[in-house]
Amino acid sequence: MLNGIPINFYIMLSAVIFIIGVIGVMARRNAIIIFMCIELMLNAVNLLLVAFSTLHNDPSGQVFVFFIMAVAAAEVAVGLAILSMVYRNFKSIDIDLLSRLKN
Amino acid sequence: MLGYTITQWLFGILSFLAIMFALMVVFTRNPVNSVLYLVLTFFCIAGHYLLLNAQFLAIVHIVVYAGAIMVLFLFIIMLMNLDADTEPQKHIGTRFIAGIVGGVLLFVMVGALRGAEQIQLVQTGSSQIGLVKNLGKVLFSEFLFPFEIASILLLAALVGAIMIGKRDTNINSKETTNS
Repeated sequence: MLNGIPINFYIMLSAVIFIIGVIGVMARRNAIIIFMCIELMLNAVNLLLVAFSTLHNDPSGQVFVFFIMAVAAAEVAVGLAILSMVYRNFKSIDIDLLSRLKN
Repeated sequence: MLGYTITQWLFGILSFLAIMFALMVVFTRNPVNSVLYLVLTFFCIAGHYLLLNAQFLAIVHIVVYAGAIMVLFLFIIMLMNLDADTEPQKHIGTRFIAGIVGGVLLFVMVGALRGAEQIQLVQTGSSQIGLVKNLGKVLFSEFLFPFEIASILLLAALVGAIMIGKRDTNINSKETTNS
């Protein structure tokens, strides 16, 4: 009963999720939402890596996904610390206001 | 069932749910709802990992993303007291252009993939490489050095987050005494 799924379907799904993340980065002004859209893009790439790892029966792809998760965790910790610092100084996390880099 | 197997039904349902929840992440106004939809998206992607027989990654994905990272997001959002009323909106033209650019990018990707290669089937459910035993052997033999580097990276991120996030009283007091 277990049958294969064409790899093209996984590529399409990852492309759609990645592009939803790209649209979110371009269309939203809240810096935290932009962060979450970047996480969405990372997950689209992770899904494709796991699909190809299963296709080629090679565990290196899954180990790579593991490292991407570690890097994403580090990135989120530092990024949210920066954002909370920005909110403390500006009382806003609207990136259109923050684009001046100067008060 | 209509000529499709159980795996294909599961793939379709999980893909549909993942795309819908991802769209809701972008188009919901309230940031807290956005975080909750992102958690649901991550659960759908974990279901995809299970379908690809990557059990270890599915569990790690739920624990690390849905359990740790999204709680951090939710915590920061509640700390900042963000709401749908205080949510800044871009101009309608900018959002329209963002949608057009995304659509064109998707069109280019799909066009590039059409007929690039004959269809290969992913043998879901039969491979053994995603189990903890096999993945651990690879991780601790072939990828031991990157694993140690990752631990140093996490330590650096920990120290950096604390240094950035703590209230900086010294610099301010020095500036006031200078002036």
